[in-house]
Amino acid sequence: MSNFTIAVLVHNEFGVLNRVTSMFRRRRFNIQSLTVSETESAGLSRITVTSSGLETDKKQLINQLYKLPDVCSIKELDLVESVTCELMLIKMKNDPETRTDIRDAAQAFGAKTVDYTRDSITMRLTGTSREIDAFVDLMRDYVILEICRTGIVSLERGSTTISKMEI
Amino acid sequence: MKLSGADIIVRTLIEQQVEVVFGYPGGQILNVYDSLYKYQDEIKHILTAHEQGAAHAADGYARATGKVGVVMATSGPGATNLVTGIATAYLDSVPMVAITGNVPTTQLGTDSFQEIDITGITLPITKHNYVVGSVETLADTIREAFRLAKSGRPGPVLIDVPKDIQVAVTEYTPQEPVEPEPRQAAKLMRIEAAADAINLSQRPFVYFGGGLVNSDAQEELCELAEILDAPIGCSLMGISGIPTMHPRFLGMQGMHGHYASSMAMHRADCIIALGVRFNDRVTGNRAKFATNAKIIHIDVDGAELDKTVSAAHSMRGDLKLTLQKLIPLLTPKKLPEWRKTIEGLKFEERRSLDNRPGLTPRAAILTLNKFIGENTPVATDVGQHQMWAAQNLCFSNKRRFLSSGGLGTMGFGMGAAIGAAVATKERTVLVTGDGGFGMCLNELATAVTYGIPLVILIMNNGVLGMVRQWQTLFFDKHYSNTVLGRKTDFVALARAFGADGAGAANLEELHIALEKAFSSELPFVVDCRIDKDEFVLPMLPPGGSMDDIITRVELGGGENE
Repeated sequence: MSNFTIAVLVHNEFGVLNRVTSMFRRRRFNIQSLTVSETESAGLSRITVTSSGLETDKKQLINQLYKLPDVCSIKELDLVESVTCELMLIKMKNDPETRTDIRDAAQAFGAKTVDYTRDSITMRLTGTSREIDAFVDLMRDYVILEICRTGIVSLERGSTTISKMEI
Repeated sequence: MKLSGADIIVRTLIEQQVEVVFGYPGGQILNVYDSLYKYQDEIKHILTAHEQGAAHAADGYARATGKVGVVMATSGPGATNLVTGIATAYLDSVPMVAITGNVPTTQLGTDSFQEIDITGITLPITKHNYVVGSVETLADTIREAFRLAKSGRPGPVLIDVPKDIQVAVTEYTPQEPVEPEPRQAAKLMRIEAAADAINLSQRPFVYFGGGLVNSDAQEELCELAEILDAPIGCSLMGISGIPTMHPRFLGMQGMHGHYASSMAMHRADCIIALGVRFNDRVTGNRAKFATNAKIIHIDVDGAELDKTVSAAHSMRGDLKLTLQKLIPLLTPKKLPEWRKTIEGLKFEERRSLDNRPGLTPRAAILTLNKFIGENTPVATDVGQHQMWAAQNLCFSNKRRFLSSGGLGTMGFGMGAAIGAAVATKERTVLVTGDGGFGMCLNELATAVTYGIPLVILIMNNGVLGMVRQWQTLFFDKHYSNTVLGRKTDFVALARAFGADGAGAANLEELHIALEKAFSSELPFVVDCRIDKDEFVLPMLPPGGSMDDIITRVELGGGENE
């Protein structure tokens, strides 16, 4: 069992995300992370999905994706050969006793304070999922009020693009 | 020319060379039915008794011809009644286009009267589906649906058309019928690697399924078997793909497959699998399936490769084109040892054949064989009768055995037989059971209305035989809800529908009844009495391997009804 991340270019049609996730559900593939956004082309959206399984599961997943008429191209993203990041907003309880510790940790991770009130500090952190996990883990020593993470976005290094990939 | 959406639907169907539509009208598809009225000289509509029957009929039409079957229904219950038919077609890769009406666009999502999210419901059982958003895209959407339905691995596509789109008017220009996407052979490198493996084999076995028929690769298959001196077996979906009497053909594989065919595959050192998907009903326990064999798997659908069994060489490609490239790379073989083994298996199979006197299931099907012609389509329902038919029917031409393989839909046969008869204009046979016939016998009315010459052979044992067989073998004869105990007089029922019928309690009566049936002007029901304790054998227990094959059952002890 290992994690893998796949980028999928799809036609920007009504209900396309439902078609893709419906296939995941029906075929019992789990979704660990999912992001969807528009792309440089008006008619196309990009889905970046992280799942886990055996090599055969991954192959089956890619083959099943390939069968969806709305799917234009598919690319498995090698995490070494790609630039990958995730964004998180985290809201902490603002407590005079822990305030400094939280700020020190934030500084070490490069998290930016985006909202500050008498009772709360909201920070924004971008980084790899592992960095974000590590930061969240640190914050568990204090009082986390809320977390929101985007899931992974990823692009290949160099000039290669997904639209040039053959599937 | 300017046309309404409804007219565009019908004109586009005509443009796509659709001759017959099966369906049932209703509130949200009235406009389309008005157009069908207008264009009735150019396109025929068959009104069934129930939308499920219409869907199965479109399916049967497609199976018998290879053309796209078309079915229409209204919104809400009309659409949901199609679901079993669409799923049946999906599981067996049958090209179909289903068109449903829906409430006007502005009412979508408001739970209007007879509104249902049919595209949501059919998402996992269609290749693709559409809600048409504007009348301008309507014709192209239908064309695209036809292209998808018949490209690659065929399957059903649904188009949901809100009422306002049917009413709206736009410019329509007829086009040529769409062509399926061009076929492609598998990559040569993979073909070469597979050829090397096949050339090393001493006990090759050629195994095909429905994909072979879709690719029209029968000739190539037979040539392959000839070169390799190999026997041929098939899945349920492959039956009638090559002539039953072909000297190399051993018959069906799987849970109730022919002994020689299943055993030969079990003993083979190389299985060349063409257009099959290694369903659990074929493999049994996958860990013990064909452990001695290298599997060479060719399929047009890449997702079938390494899905349930892992192959030594798997390749995505059109079967016909791929075989044409593979065959020249093979060294012709003469394998007397292997042939001797096969002859031995065939001898064993013949020895264990059910030759009991009287009206046994096998005798009934063999009697039917005397009546069916080269081109007679035979549809079945699902259960014991289906397996007896699959084991014993004799076919000469492809697309003549119509059976719900993947979904196993009881009630499939009646609609499918109607569709096949409409498509081929041949007298068509339905082999069914009293259970399966009971599910969709309302379509007898359709057959009578349209003068469709059906011969309906009911293997009537008064029980749900296949389920009961499992209860006998695996549930201590707890016959929970499988004993029908109905008082239905099928002959009288046939007459009530305006059809005809006769009963048969022995072989002689069956012969006489079939004689009448095959010369009848009307649909004809033969109520053939079968003992309730008849078994479908051999049987590979679910999850078992060839070592667990059951070829005999001794019925001792009492029943627990």
